[in-house]
Amino acid sequence: MEYFFGLLLGGLTRGSIYALIALGYTMVYGIIGLINFAHGEIYMIGAFTALIIASVLTIYGFSKIAILILAALVAVIYSSAYGFTIEKIAYKPLRQAPRLSPLISAIGMSIFLQNYVRLAQTSDFLPFPNLIPEFQFMKKYEHIFSSTELMILLTTAVVMIILTLVIKFTKIGIAMRATAQDRDMAVLSGVDVNRIISMTFIIGSSLAAIGGILIASHIGQINFSIGFIAGIKAFTAAVLGGIGSIPGAVLGGFILGWTESFATGYVSSDYEDVFAFALLVLILIFKPEGLLGKSKANKV
Amino acid sequence: MLNFSKIKKSLLTAIWFMFLTFPIMVIHINPVEKAVEWRWHNMFLVGAGSFLLSLLWHYLIKKKERCFKDAGACESDTAPFLQRFMNEPRLYKPALSALTVISLSFPFLFSSYQVNIMTTALMYAVLGLGLNIVVGLAGLLDLGYVAFYAVGAYSYALLNHHFGLGFWTVLPVGALLGALFGILLGFPVLRLRGDYLAIVTLGFGEIIRLILENWNEFSFGPSGIANIARPSFFGMQFPLKGATIYIYFLMIALALFTVFVVSRLQNSRIGRAWEALREDEIACQAMGIDKTRTKLSAFALGATWAGMMGVVFAARTTFINPASFTFIESAIILSIVVLGGMGSIPGVIAGAFILILLPEHLRVFSEYRMLIFGAVLIIMMVFRPQGMISMTRRIYRFENVKEGRGIDK
Repeated sequence: MEYFFGLLLGGLTRGSIYALIALGYTMVYGIIGLINFAHGEIYMIGAFTALIIASVLTIYGFSKIAILILAALVAVIYSSAYGFTIEKIAYKPLRQAPRLSPLISAIGMSIFLQNYVRLAQTSDFLPFPNLIPEFQFMKKYEHIFSSTELMILLTTAVVMIILTLVIKFTKIGIAMRATAQDRDMAVLSGVDVNRIISMTFIIGSSLAAIGGILIASHIGQINFSIGFIAGIKAFTAAVLGGIGSIPGAVLGGFILGWTESFATGYVSSDYEDVFAFALLVLILIFKPEGLLGKSKANKV
Repeated sequence: MLNFSKIKKSLLTAIWFMFLTFPIMVIHINPVEKAVEWRWHNMFLVGAGSFLLSLLWHYLIKKKERCFKDAGACESDTAPFLQRFMNEPRLYKPALSALTVISLSFPFLFSSYQVNIMTTALMYAVLGLGLNIVVGLAGLLDLGYVAFYAVGAYSYALLNHHFGLGFWTVLPVGALLGALFGILLGFPVLRLRGDYLAIVTLGFGEIIRLILENWNEFSFGPSGIANIARPSFFGMQFPLKGATIYIYFLMIALALFTVFVVSRLQNSRIGRAWEALREDEIACQAMGIDKTRTKLSAFALGATWAGMMGVVFAARTTFINPASFTFIESAIILSIVVLGGMGSIPGVIAGAFILILLPEHLRVFSEYRMLIFGAVLIIMMVFRPQGMISMTRRIYRFENVKEGRGIDK
């Protein structure tokens, strides 16, 4: 039973990270109808920036809390800046192009960013310091649920609530929803669509950066290619829940997290990634609009 | 042309990129000595580089926008030299014969290292032509193309290892297995739209690789399969040098065969159905084209070439392991197709030669190879989506028509 709960909680942690990254996919897809293949790379860059900043600050002898806050802040700022720039370079010139073009340039961007980090930093796995402090009261439950995992769950919950509030009530959130519904109509109602698209990329990228820092402290090592697999898995989560739907991304993340956790716990850990891909293929075959997505009829 | 506001804009871009690349390009942590290494020269390089690139970028975007507004202004650009060259028999016939002489004498003039590289380029050209059927003609973005390559390679390696089957027996078997896997993957996913299809094929490619890596009883796991037999010539085995030359000629023959088949396909009923499907799926279905069958045939035919090349790859290297079949391979083949020109046969061949031979000959390049491939995909999509040599539709002209009088016999 304890094993079961361990897997349940492990899956929940995993799933909440997938959900964080999946939100970026889903938001961008909702607004410009494009799968941002480079999103996984933004997450990777977030983790790398956090690692670099944390290492520098450690060498200069900052306190642990200061390191955590500064590294997270810088990582979020940089990831957002990357997200913003990527949109300007690879997607904005292709708004009117056929569907295949932005997709190919997105893949190009993903390959470019991976190799940029590989060449500028290293291709080895780097140890990632555990930035998250150990809580005293968690000591009792350490064997099934660590303080890092608790922190991941709490952060994800807080971020989700903030995001929901932003999208529901702020001006930017309303403009985003309007753009997602009908871009031309939004322009006519006075929404600066370019700004909204940039904002979407910025918000999605900062979520990815938070996810990157959390998972890197959980797993304890990073390298330049972590974004690739994480990106596909988060995409799976987004599709599972229904791409374009924000609660769907969260739900999809949890389902994927549990699937992986139980499958590796009870079946075999060798095929961890295969389960995720198989789930993706199955969902796309049987329910391509996802669990909470709306199916759209294709009109001429 | 070069006014103050443009320079200011580019300067701002340069500063932005210097900021953007700061942590990753400038700071380097030495984990052993726990020391920070500041690489300020990188910052300067990024600044200068992005300033120049930004000027160029804005200039090219402006030019593209002008073309977009006024199609007539850039007409001379869109009919490039190479296309006129291809349409003029007096010009291309001597060039073709020169090419034949060069390619036939090539292995006897150059070292076997050079021959090996050339063979690699030819293999990628064939792979590019295969992927071109799927991506270029049918407009289905397949990111797991390397899976079919792996299927071909492993089918030869395993059949050779367990049953001692020869290269020539397995070549069609590998092609068939490739096609079979193409249909197997294609059948469930072809209902999906372009972007979903891309990610599912990507996932499929990874699944195949992961299975090969983990299913030790079947595929010998990450250590791979060694001592695969080289191709024989009517039962004759060559020494190493002879085998290199033999595979080179084999590849020339296969490449010619591929070009022949693909060009015949392109102008056939099914080829035109692919292109129609790429342009507009709904209109196409309204015209009575069976969407599923057309897409499946594109997938299967594309995968056939990958399966065949997989067999050649296994026979050439005599050793394969799952590490040869990563997403990177698919990305390289996709870059070849995109750089050359989606749908254009000479374009894809030229793309393969440029992207494979250039990094081999310019060693400085080779480290930055994947970086450049990524950039190629973006730049081509932004500035020249039709590729270096754009695809030309076959045009039917009445040669003997005189003004107002109909056909003159």
